[in-house]
Amino acid sequence: MSIATLDFASTEAAIGRGGGGPAPTRIVVAYGFWIFLLSDIILFSGLFAAYAVLQDNAAGGPTGRELFSFKTVFIETMALLVSSYTCGLAALSMERARADLFYVFSALTFALGAVFLGIEISEFAGMVGEGAGPSKSAFLSSFFTLVGTHGAHVTSGLLWLVYMVAQVAVKGFRPNVRQRILCFSLFWHALDIVWVGVFTLVYLIGGR
Amino acid sequence: MAEEQIIHLHDRTPGVRHEEPTADFLTYTAGLVFAIALTAVSFVVAQTNLLWGPGVAMGLIVLAIAQIGVHLVFFLHMGTGPDHTNNIIALAFGMMIVFLVLTGSVWIMWHLNDNMMPMSPGMH
Repeated sequence: MSIATLDFASTEAAIGRGGGGPAPTRIVVAYGFWIFLLSDIILFSGLFAAYAVLQDNAAGGPTGRELFSFKTVFIETMALLVSSYTCGLAALSMERARADLFYVFSALTFALGAVFLGIEISEFAGMVGEGAGPSKSAFLSSFFTLVGTHGAHVTSGLLWLVYMVAQVAVKGFRPNVRQRILCFSLFWHALDIVWVGVFTLVYLIGGR
Repeated sequence: MAEEQIIHLHDRTPGVRHEEPTADFLTYTAGLVFAIALTAVSFVVAQTNLLWGPGVAMGLIVLAIAQIGVHLVFFLHMGTGPDHTNNIIALAFGMMIVFLVLTGSVWIMWHLNDNMMPMSPGMH
């Protein structure tokens, strides 16, 4: 057995156990961002818990059944889901160093994210216009906080995406730009995971 | 030792695969198909009487958990290999906190609501 093989065997034994020396920056950055995303999901769990506790306290105002439209939510859900897919394809184009495809899929991701956000804003505006704003009842306060926080995340994701496209245009696929794009795609996928919880608990269960 | 094993020496990052690009594309597409199917079933279940009435909420929660699993595996490329150990441990810890916050709040507050004295319309 050669020394190289022995060395390989000892390194392999150390995977996932913190041994074998410091990990490359690429892995440390993505792991740190993964921890941030999990903490962000814990933030949402607090808002989900508040909604679950307060959803029946409509205070004589409109309930979810009167306010939510399944059709609108379905279009919203599909827009965000497909944007998650095109975001994955944009990251894949980056791995293949195809800037042209990266721009196309990033533009699609942005457009679908903007459709999602536009529908949400018009839904919020409609509800506030009907007198069902966040100050109407505990149910509506928790609804606007939960869904609005998700919408704020989507908004910052869209700004981040514009920023990443600009960085690729100016700097190309440098290692640090690639890391940022991978972090962005993790962020965008995580937002879609949170939305699965929102459309199920808030709209489908609350709107039945 | 085979050459390909040496590539996998390090821990893996979430969201990154190291296989052929075509396999990556197929993974994302399969994930999209599964996610759309689960979403569509959720919306159908919520609007029809396919499931027994009192079981609809539980059925929707199960569908949501299945869809979150699809997103984790096909979009975030979570796996079960040793190079994913750190990511999975962090995920498991996060899910434990989420579970405690959600079930703890709901459990306590729904019992609290049940134990409140009934309020007459004039009481505030």
